[in-house]
Amino acid sequence: MQRMACSFPDEVLEHVFSFVQCDNDRNAISTVCKSWYKIERWSRRRVFVGNCYAISPDMVIRRFPDVRSIELKGKPHFADFNLVPDGWGGYVAPWISAMAAAYPWLEEIRLKRMVITDENLELISKSFKNFKVLVLSSCEGFSTDGLAAIAANCRNLRELDLRESEVEDLSGHWLKHFPDDYTSLVSLNIACLGCEVSFSALERLVGRCPNLRTLRLNRAVPLDKLANLLRRAPQLVELGTGAYSSELRPDVFSNLSGAFSGCKELKSLSGFWDVVPGYLPAVYPICCRLTTLNLSYATIQSPDLIKLVGQCQNLQRLWVLDYIEDAGLDAVAASCKDLRELRVFPSDPYGPEPNVPLTEQGLVSISEGCSKLQSVLYFCRQMSNAALMTIARNRPNMTRFRLCIIEPGTPDYLTLQPLDVGFGAIVEHCKDLQRLSLSGLLTDLVFEYIGTYAKKLEMLSVAFAGESDLGLHHVLSGCEKLRKLEIRDCPFGDKALLANAAKLETMRSLWMSSCSVTFGACKLLGQKMPRLNVEVIDERGTPDSRPESCPIDKLYIYRTVAGSRFDMPGFVWTIDEDSAMRLS
Amino acid sequence: MEKSVNYGDHDDLNLEATELRLGLPGISSSSDIGYEKQSSSASTVVVVRNNKRASPEGIMTQESSTKSNSSVSDARNVGPDSHHQPLAKAQVVGWPPIRSFRRNSFQQKKTDQGDGAGMYVKVSMDGAPYLRKVDLKVYKSYPELLTALENMFKFTIGEYSEREGYNGSEYAPTYEDKDGDWMLVGDVPWDMFIFSCKRLRIMKGSEARGLGCL
Repeated sequence: MQRMACSFPDEVLEHVFSFVQCDNDRNAISTVCKSWYKIERWSRRRVFVGNCYAISPDMVIRRFPDVRSIELKGKPHFADFNLVPDGWGGYVAPWISAMAAAYPWLEEIRLKRMVITDENLELISKSFKNFKVLVLSSCEGFSTDGLAAIAANCRNLRELDLRESEVEDLSGHWLKHFPDDYTSLVSLNIACLGCEVSFSALERLVGRCPNLRTLRLNRAVPLDKLANLLRRAPQLVELGTGAYSSELRPDVFSNLSGAFSGCKELKSLSGFWDVVPGYLPAVYPICCRLTTLNLSYATIQSPDLIKLVGQCQNLQRLWVLDYIEDAGLDAVAASCKDLRELRVFPSDPYGPEPNVPLTEQGLVSISEGCSKLQSVLYFCRQMSNAALMTIARNRPNMTRFRLCIIEPGTPDYLTLQPLDVGFGAIVEHCKDLQRLSLSGLLTDLVFEYIGTYAKKLEMLSVAFAGESDLGLHHVLSGCEKLRKLEIRDCPFGDKALLANAAKLETMRSLWMSSCSVTFGACKLLGQKMPRLNVEVIDERGTPDSRPESCPIDKLYIYRTVAGSRFDMPGFVWTIDEDSAMRLS
Repeated sequence: MEKSVNYGDHDDLNLEATELRLGLPGISSSSDIGYEKQSSSASTVVVVRNNKRASPEGIMTQESSTKSNSSVSDARNVGPDSHHQPLAKAQVVGWPPIRSFRRNSFQQKKTDQGDGAGMYVKVSMDGAPYLRKVDLKVYKSYPELLTALENMFKFTIGEYSEREGYNGSEYAPTYEDKDGDWMLVGDVPWDMFIFSCKRLRIMKGSEARGLGCL
């Protein structure tokens, strides 16, 4: 056997390996023998680090010396909802410094929930001569000055995607820093920027980049300028409009409508801030080609939404506000037979009463009419076990199910029972379920169902649910594929956590906030599990100043081969094996 | 299914400090929720009476800080001196789970009048040949708006006082509110003003003085 493996020259093996792109498969290849390990590591071009603190930059560079594309994730998911205090971490700086020296041919950097500064951006722009792709998803810490550096220096840039990042808007002039002879832009997403970008610079940029296929504008780009942009880029595949409002004028309308009609490749639309319904028909000519439609910022009412969506027979992904109402979802179920993903966001999440007739019925209709539905995110104010059971039986092919019943602890509105059996039906019927978010009134029983049935579940989000440690124990002991677990405001404490300590090393991370975990348990866990970082996040001051039995505020546990991190702020405590309490 | 795993009692855990219940956050005692637990032989039935809250009076204000770090335990200690019913959803950090970007878009939407970008209102000045339009969103306070009007129409407005309106000039800035009444600019808080202002009118002469003497 070993003779056969050595009979191929390295180049041949490397060529064979180049057809294997998936990380798991490449990891498997590298364990076959030393020779394959060596060849594989030299030829790995793409690295994904799901938790930037799970490994150090130097360790990655030592193992994979010639990487061209890196993806890093920083803060835990609940940071999206302000549960992670400012300054917790997720700094990309050490990675950029290390890679600037080690990977001169790096082409792609993708970051999610990380802190990146203007200095980091400037270093990127000057260190990587062939830099092509920068995606900053939910990042922060930088300004338009950093973007100017990227524009000015990255001659081969293809993609600049700022996806929902928080950018300090110093000026819209950064766009002018793209040189006049720069023509390689393929994708530009500036939808999150607040300020007006220099419009003439944008027009010229769009006009001279023939390969531009994605353009997501920000709210500040007025509607009457959109037609001109579209005429310069009729090859666009994905468009995000700016503010979709203007005084209704026939000439502006027909200009816009003509421009849209000219975009024969357009498959994805988004934007639509401040919609004036009279301008919606301008997009009707292209609706039949759309596969993705994001109307989640469009504050238009159900009749207008129905008229629009009713023409999108090829729609696969729909994001919309609850203004669509149950009636609108009935219409979607009837027209959009190819629908794979539905997200319904709340128009008035903080209001005490429902403001629109959107109930569980809308989701039931979709589950009946859309046989390819796989992914759901649904905000609503009432739910019943019966509806959940119907949805589960209709759609056993569901892989992502996130339900948010807005008021915590809401029971089945018909029976006033907990929603345990409803969610139980979801996990029982949807055997390939990978992601689940729970809400409503839930006891330990729902977790028993999850532990029993959700064998493919990888990510679970729990809030205001459960009765005792038994709930947490069911999940940790039953869900074999669980990678990410995030919990808030549940009565889970030490016992389940300590009883399932070994499980935590098989997961990427566990988040628990406003639960009943004590500092004593955290210390024990930190001492016994050297390959876990047990971070206690507490802004009330050192946990030592309170009794050991006092519950801690927030807990973030993640597996790591890099040991404790060095950049912890004052409100994060971690415990390691020498049982001393480490402060940063 | 029978619960076979027994974790023993929880005396040592001192859960009182962050006692978690199946009711809404913000409630100080379980008697408010009407929480009842009835055991039967087959299963434990949990019944929670649906305790609807009265809507708050006045404009609901929401902590708009996007970097707020207050914990849920703060939300539970809602003071008895607050005039409004405790608004559980507005005070629980990070619930409902909506990203900052979307939350901030809501904030902006609430201040829009919904008829287009900006919040343009007509401004008429007694004696002027044509009207103008101003975008109220551009200004952050009354002095800013009044200065802009002064520049636009080339006149001076007097000093505002609650008692006498605008003293020291023959002009008085007024606005038409949602009820169709003509109000003196400056009486209500700025945020309330931009919500309710439909158009502006700069009154002149005897009409203005009549208003100022109220």
